[in-house]
Amino acid sequence: MKRIYVNEKWCLGCRLCEYYCAFAETGKKNMALALKDVKINPRIRVESHEDINFAVNCRHCDEPLCVKSCITGALSVTDGVVKINSERCVECYTCILVCPFGAIVPSDSGVLKKCELCLDIIEGSPACVKGCPNNAIVYESTLVQKGQG
Amino acid sequence: MRYVIIGNSAAGIGAVEGIRQVDGQGVITIITSEREHTYSRPLISYLLQGKTDEDKMRYRPAHFYDDNNCTLVYGTVIQILPNEKQVALEDGSKIPYDKLLVASGSSAFTPPIEGLDTVKSKHHFMTLNDARNLKNAIARDSRVLIVGAGLIGLKCAEGILNKVGSVTVVDLAPRILSAILDEESAAIVQKHLENQGIEFKLESKAEDFGNYDIVVIAAGVRPNTALLNGIADINRGIIVNEKSETSHPDIYAAGDCTESIDKASGQRKIMALLPNAYMQGEAAGINMAGGDKACDKLIPMNAVGLCGLHIITAGNYTGEVLCKDNNRFFISDNKLNGYILIDNIEKAGVYTRLVREKRALEDVTEIIREALRA
Ligand SMILES: Cc1cc2nc3c(=O)[nH]c(=O)nc-3n(C[C@H](O)[C@H](O)[C@H](O)COP(=O)(O)OP(=O)(O)OC[C@H]3O[C@@H](n4cnc5c(N)ncnc54)[C@H](O)[C@@H]3O)c2cc1C
Repeated sequence: MKRIYVNEKWCLGCRLCEYYCAFAETGKKNMALALKDVKINPRIRVESHEDINFAVNCRHCDEPLCVKSCITGALSVTDGVVKINSERCVECYTCILVCPFGAIVPSDSGVLKKCELCLDIIEGSPACVKGCPNNAIVYESTLVQKGQG
Repeated sequence: MRYVIIGNSAAGIGAVEGIRQVDGQGVITIITSEREHTYSRPLISYLLQGKTDEDKMRYRPAHFYDDNNCTLVYGTVIQILPNEKQVALEDGSKIPYDKLLVASGSSAFTPPIEGLDTVKSKHHFMTLNDARNLKNAIARDSRVLIVGAGLIGLKCAEGILNKVGSVTVVDLAPRILSAILDEESAAIVQKHLENQGIEFKLESKAEDFGNYDIVVIAAGVRPNTALLNGIADINRGIIVNEKSETSHPDIYAAGDCTESIDKASGQRKIMALLPNAYMQGEAAGINMAGGDKACDKLIPMNAVGLCGLHIITAGNYTGEVLCKDNNRFFISDNKLNGYILIDNIEKAGVYTRLVREKRALEDVTEIIREALRA
């Protein structure tokens, strides 16, 4: 299946992906208006260390530790995509405990949020991929880089 | 192939999902003495709190048993007959197996406590039924004593705190959550819980039962191993290898009833946690069905929320301690042995991976870069 990959060589650390991610779920037309004065909780996050930048998001692992560890059954895999049912999530943070990439984050409501590849929202590529000005984020099936569990 | 699974909780469900990854045809029978659809045991405190309901507590959807073509039998296994390859139920019936999984979990343990026999409303806090009983017993003005300041006792305290008059937690140990926190972290969490209104009596015996209306005994659990007495090797838990095999052919065990190797310390121990139960069960299922799966990366770990405070821990607390704010890291030989995070938990999983994989640390940048690579 297709996954989102980030090439750290090309990542500028501009954080536009974080804004495109947060914007995608608002369903609004204008990013500036939708996100003005809003504290965003993006499901892709740019990490910076010295002169290296890289964006972190869910790898939709073949053996997802988060799904196996979820104490409520809120996380499941549908067609290769790791999804969260927020109705069942009780904010225990076990998925945060086990995700080897640190890709699951709490939101303001407490219920966990994770990347679901924009499948329910957007046709074609996920918002972060479309919005990346340097093509550092790509959406493709790469076998060598699979997530591990 | 006939598969029989004793226990309908995390380990048993993991086994069903494991078997079905390999064998879509075999006949699966799950036997449970709790007469319930599979539910998430840790959610019983959230039920009391009103944060979930019995419907949402299901660990798998209502159609799970149909989807996986398996039969759920309400009943208690009283004996395993390994020569006949059958299990005997309390109603006299017998069920034959080719491969058997014991996923019988653990039971609450009541230590001998003087005066406890005088208490009218006594409870354990392990099952959905325990939660229903406690829910019916409490009233706005109840004075509740919880015996045991471990995870189960404190989750119970959190669950009822806003529904009763007072909650007192008593423990012989000098600190709360002594199995997962060191002294400094325990003090932080205790303070937080005291601010929320929970009273603690540490280094104390449970007594003066006349001052309480309800007593909850959360003084520890014991693995349910008796079914394999004389059949397979048992220490404190049923001994299994990384394939979830017991010492007896065709009998597997998984979850809270077992003892296995802690990857972080190399020691054999009971690691009674839901993620571990699921993963051991899944490995058992795959192997029972003829696949090949090792479950060899289990470590002690916990994610616990208590009255709004989030605590995440993993591994063992040996070696040099590095602290930042309320976060503590335990390091020796350039390896992360364990950590305790309070509140600031965002990168926990990255550290868990370091503990589990025993990677040598060079500097922090290296750790994070390494951990973020697939
Ligand atoms: C209040 C509470 C909070 C918890 N919170 C957490 C948490 O936050 N995170 C976490 O990781 N873990 C938590 N746990 C622990 C977690 O619930 C267990 O690790 C997990 O349920 C173990 O699953 P299991 O399948 O091994 O066994 P169990 O869940 O114990 O299930 C075993 C089942 O087998 C049945 N059984 C036993 N013997 C027989 C027999 N002879 N015949 C038929 N059936 C039998 C039992 O009735 C039971 O239904 C919590 C536990 C409690 C009680």
